[in-house]
Amino acid sequence: MKKSNKIFKSIVISFLIFLYAPALLLPIFSFNNSKVIAFPLSGFSTIWFEELLYENTLHNALFNSLVIAISSTILATILGTLVARASTRYIFYGKKISITFILVPLILPEIILGVCLLTVLIQLGLDLNLWSVVLGHTLLITPFSTLIMVSAFNNLDISLEEASLDLGMSSLQTFWIIILPMVSPGLISSLLIGFVISLDEFIIAFFLTGVEPTLPVYIWSQFRFPAKLPSTMALGTVLLIVSLILVSLFEYFRRRMELYNNYGVELDQK
Amino acid sequence: MYLSEQNRKGWRLLGVPFLFAIFLLAVPIVTMTALSFWTQDYLTLIKTITFENYKQAWFQPVFQTLFARSLIISLTVTFFTILFAFPIAYYISFYGGKRKALWLFLITIPFWTSYLLRMFLWKVILGYNGVLNSFFDWLGVITEPLTFLLYNTNAVILALVHGWAPFAILPIFVSLEKIDRSLLEASNDLGDNSFNQFFRIILPLSMPGVIGAVLIIFIPCIGDYITPKLVGGPEGLMIANMIQVQFSKANNAPLAAALSVTSLLIVGIIAMAFVFFNRKYLRNY
Repeated sequence: MKKSNKIFKSIVISFLIFLYAPALLLPIFSFNNSKVIAFPLSGFSTIWFEELLYENTLHNALFNSLVIAISSTILATILGTLVARASTRYIFYGKKISITFILVPLILPEIILGVCLLTVLIQLGLDLNLWSVVLGHTLLITPFSTLIMVSAFNNLDISLEEASLDLGMSSLQTFWIIILPMVSPGLISSLLIGFVISLDEFIIAFFLTGVEPTLPVYIWSQFRFPAKLPSTMALGTVLLIVSLILVSLFEYFRRRMELYNNYGVELDQK
Repeated sequence: MYLSEQNRKGWRLLGVPFLFAIFLLAVPIVTMTALSFWTQDYLTLIKTITFENYKQAWFQPVFQTLFARSLIISLTVTFFTILFAFPIAYYISFYGGKRKALWLFLITIPFWTSYLLRMFLWKVILGYNGVLNSFFDWLGVITEPLTFLLYNTNAVILALVHGWAPFAILPIFVSLEKIDRSLLEASNDLGDNSFNQFFRIILPLSMPGVIGAVLIIFIPCIGDYITPKLVGGPEGLMIANMIQVQFSKANNAPLAAALSVTSLLIVGIIAMAFVFFNRKYLRNY
């Protein structure tokens, strides 16, 4: 048993190295003082980061991406919360099929989503702009929000809600004062994950963005120019750090959610 | 609460998200399907129903090759991802101890860094003047850069396996966690060796996770655009690249729609057949 344990551990560790290797190249080469991405490294430099400060198209793209990410994440979290609340609290006709349908974008290839949405927008004669991307991203993020919020609502003790109603609060008050604060770790998780997904999403944005590039569309356009490579690596490093912070926050709130449950269980046992 | 009240309250909550999905998912899919039966003459759309686009999409060798390649790449990626993911999920579930959450967190971190950049990094790693070649050259292992690394289907497969690994590990881990450990003790006591134990207890009971992982990887992979475009070269292009070309440069949106519908049909049929043949494992779900 001991020996197989060790073999397993080495497999897992080499797999982790494989998973991390590409991402680790980002910081290595973004601080490298050379225009070519190759070994041996030639020296330490921060010029590639400084270059990012003067790229106006980059700043524009970043601004667009932030607008899209914030709007679509908030919209998707609202929609996901509604779906999750309906799913965990009520029994109604067509529940399973309608919720499954809302979750479909989770596995639909993104190119299909992009093509479908583009077709409709063109048929309706609408202009492509940032808002068409917001709609596309909201559609994409809603299933993730739904799943996160379902687990948040599942942990909710229904007796607290009943107590609040018995004590004379309206159902709206109960929702705002009792339910919402208790699922807030889930809400924050959903906002963080949605934000990361939207900020990273390329293909839907590529189809729907029109003339205003998002950050991934901008990065994609930079791939054509070898001279822009090192500064793109520097940009990647910055994005890596931002995602790491957001995902760590997500993990923190997810654990808070779990702690909440365990605490609830303890109370029940007493 | 009466059922009718449950009904009313449930739909009052679900109404808006459901309408949103109708307008942004159902309507677009129907429109795209309609478009695939029409034809386009430069900029004007001719709305007479014709199977011309499907005739092209299904019988022209270019498209047949692309569909076949996309399918083979997706299947290979799914197979290898699961093959690598299983031991990882197994290790975390059975030997992870108190650090299970930490292991899972470590595995999901690279997944949250930009997909676009991760795929691009494979190009940087495998390229002619890339990281791997320059590294080997520096070590003195090679005299000429290796050219078989980049711009072929193997590069696409490698990059996709890397990109989708966490999606396989998580569902398999979840189903391994659900296995009742007393079953394993019982089989040990009754003299089963670990080989039998794996194939008779652990694998069948973890199949729901494996099936989930297969669907989560296989379906999106077939429509991947970024990876083949970056590391595939002309011989590694997939159907999504053709759909995009038909939509933009070739200005033949109806053909692009027909290709999209065909891809959806292919993945839909394969996914349903796969679930059907494995239905005995899903009985309790």
